[in-house]
Amino acid sequence: MISIDTTHPNTAPFLSLEAVRKTYPGVVALDRFSMEVRPGEVIGLVGENGAGKSTLMKILGGVTRPDSGTVTVDGAAHDGLIVEQSIGSGIAFVHQELNLFENLDVAANIFFGREPLRAGPLKLVDRAKLREMVAPLLKRVGANFSADAPVASLSLAQQQMVEIAKALSIKARLVILDEPTSSLPIAETEKLLDVIKGLKAEGISVIFISHRLHEIERVADRVVVLRDGTLAGTLAKHQINHDEMVRLMIGRMLKEREKAGEAARAPGSVALSAHAIRTSTYPDRPVSLELRRGEILGLAGLVGSGRTELARVLFGIDERLAGNVTLDGKPLDVGSAADAVANGIFLVPEDRKLTGILLDLSIAQNISLPNLPAHARRSLVSTGAELATAEKQKKNLGIKAPSVLTRTGTLSGGNQQKVVLAKWLAMDPKVMILDEPTRGIDIGAKAEIYGLMRALADAGVAVLMISSDMEEVIGVSDRIAVMHEGQISGILDRQDFSQENVLLLAVGKKPKLLQAAGGVE
Amino acid sequence: MSKKDLGLLILILVVGAVVTAINPRFLSTINLANTSNLVALFGILSIGQAFVIITGGIELSVGSLIALLGTLFIDFIAVREVNWPLAFVLILVLGAIIGFVHGWLITRLKLQPFVVTLCGLLIYRGVARFYTADGTAGFAFGQNFPDLEFLTAGRSGGVPNSFIALIVISIVMWVVLHRSVFGRYLYAIGKNEEAAKYSGIRTDRVVTSAYVICGVLTALSAIYFAMYTRSISPASHGQFYELYAIAAAVLGGFSLRGGEGSLVGVILGTVLLQELQNLVNLLGIPSSLNFAVMGGVILIGVLVDQQWGVFRARRRMMEATRQNVAGAPAE
Repeated sequence: MISIDTTHPNTAPFLSLEAVRKTYPGVVALDRFSMEVRPGEVIGLVGENGAGKSTLMKILGGVTRPDSGTVTVDGAAHDGLIVEQSIGSGIAFVHQELNLFENLDVAANIFFGREPLRAGPLKLVDRAKLREMVAPLLKRVGANFSADAPVASLSLAQQQMVEIAKALSIKARLVILDEPTSSLPIAETEKLLDVIKGLKAEGISVIFISHRLHEIERVADRVVVLRDGTLAGTLAKHQINHDEMVRLMIGRMLKEREKAGEAARAPGSVALSAHAIRTSTYPDRPVSLELRRGEILGLAGLVGSGRTELARVLFGIDERLAGNVTLDGKPLDVGSAADAVANGIFLVPEDRKLTGILLDLSIAQNISLPNLPAHARRSLVSTGAELATAEKQKKNLGIKAPSVLTRTGTLSGGNQQKVVLAKWLAMDPKVMILDEPTRGIDIGAKAEIYGLMRALADAGVAVLMISSDMEEVIGVSDRIAVMHEGQISGILDRQDFSQENVLLLAVGKKPKLLQAAGGVE
Repeated sequence: MSKKDLGLLILILVVGAVVTAINPRFLSTINLANTSNLVALFGILSIGQAFVIITGGIELSVGSLIALLGTLFIDFIAVREVNWPLAFVLILVLGAIIGFVHGWLITRLKLQPFVVTLCGLLIYRGVARFYTADGTAGFAFGQNFPDLEFLTAGRSGGVPNSFIALIVISIVMWVVLHRSVFGRYLYAIGKNEEAAKYSGIRTDRVVTSAYVICGVLTALSAIYFAMYTRSISPASHGQFYELYAIAAAVLGGFSLRGGEGSLVGVILGTVLLQELQNLVNLLGIPSSLNFAVMGGVILIGVLVDQQWGVFRARRRMMEATRQNVAGAPAE
């Protein structure tokens, strides 16, 4: 796919890669890969996990050397970069996992290790000078926080701005954003996209890596698609669209998004009902919610709107300050996660690696963990029963691993998430709560997880899906509840599904409904 | 038996062979019986500690507990004339209660294990000294408990009964740690307590149980130690025993971060520590150097283990690179 770049036709590229190849034992990570980045150009870089994006980043960062090919930066050709060259030529990274010191303030983070010092033998930090240096940087990224703010008090988007300010402070000419929005809610994503536009206006190039294709659609001047380590194609600005990117990424069309309007499902009976629940985060805001059998209820809202807190209370991890919960019409008192699990209420938590699975245990051990007594005789674990369950789930869910004895930590994100799902599917779920179930997961695995959620709903399970991914919420849910500052601001039925409506409710405004007597409570 | 345990066993055998070569008395019946008795006493203690360490916790109060419970036990049977099986059970129950309180403070009130058990270390030592008015608890002249003495300090066919007790306890605890649902929970919590909780495990109960087990085993060893020394001065009895127990677990491959270690490992760790003590005596090394020898060996052991891990990782990487280099020109 050849494209004619219309944005900066006459400028020499800041960076160009030519026929770059990199192999690891047994794997060709990158092959015959070429691309160019011009000053002030925003490149969207997409590809499934394992397509070679990380390798490419490592080469640009000087962490790893290509086996062959040329990397030309600012007119100077290299066989490969070293870290100093990468930094020295103005290539800056903002990683998905932020590298900030949460206990220090913004200014200290931006100039960490390069603080201006006062004269004298004590080498004290010159705070006044530091603030002076930070102020213009914060202004450039459009920060709405002060240089003295402790990083821990900032939202994720604000922390990302700190990272970008840090990149600008070393006079970056190319900023590489590695999945910056994957954990950002809608409104904050907007801010970040604005920052990208700001960088572009200053003539700084941006490589924007994201799984959220609609964001790429909005900011990229050009899209580079990687597949299996090779260039699958390049899309010029007018060619960029969602379906085309997906087609190039996976080499075929994918019906990832179910289309609305298929025969409306008859809503099942109410499985879980929460009435006037108060969480410790919003102790003065009661939340009520009904979850029916056989439906996927999407729970949208900004980060910090209280969705995860609600899920944690329903699952018994956090204390319920007030209100009551019924399961199948009967009052239910969930005092711990163990109670929730005993009643068939399961949670796939937001943070897979910290709370979803035990990385050091095998797949089989993770799957049996919540239901270990059922895999034991006289309190002794029966390895046979454990392996049988795991094998069955591995097959059902298509977990890609050499064996069920494989350590879970070695699996890809998508497969780890499947293990989390498998441990609950091996039991008998009544209510399944999934908190950001597809975060950091590649498109193929995403589709599989959507399929699993739908299969659960079809089997009569009540599914509650918390998601900050707009496409996902709209594409997957049967109904969408939106939270705003600790309360449900509205519930949308299918006919009212739109990004606009979700966003309006998320910021506490009234949605535009087809029927006047719509779902707003 | 894991590779780590095997390495430890080989180390024990090598040290034993060297000591025997220098001083053949190492293998004399009397020395072996004495040493195995000490292995048993410290072994029971260390198994208890291991259960706490596997959850990522630590129990620093066991030395003081041995003083307090030992004092109480001797006081019960020698002064208050409680019949000994009852006193025996009472002491175990007391150990369980103290373990439970520690567990409760740690899981419910969210105090750090180090802090809770450090306070225990100070409190129990103080109480024990107060209880005897800083005197000595011991038996009156001619006072006899033939059954109890046989069970604790006696021998069957030359093997100390305490050692037989250790073997029975080890087997039971091996099953509990390595085969039971509870044992799996312990490892899971040690690896990642949050994730275990999110899997519906009642982590508070499991962790508290670990402290209860530690309390009971400590109480049991307190009785053995009391019957071994037959007189207790609470100011010094059992001092630093918590460190022996922790050292045994660390030597045996336990990580203080939790989630790692085996029962065989902690037993072998105890054996090695006692062998070193024995070595100091048999080789005529000044006994004041006792702790220094022990500390040195533990440090070297941990260092070798860690460096071996680094070496293996590096070798793997080198091999991978070599394959890579060899494979590249072919294409």
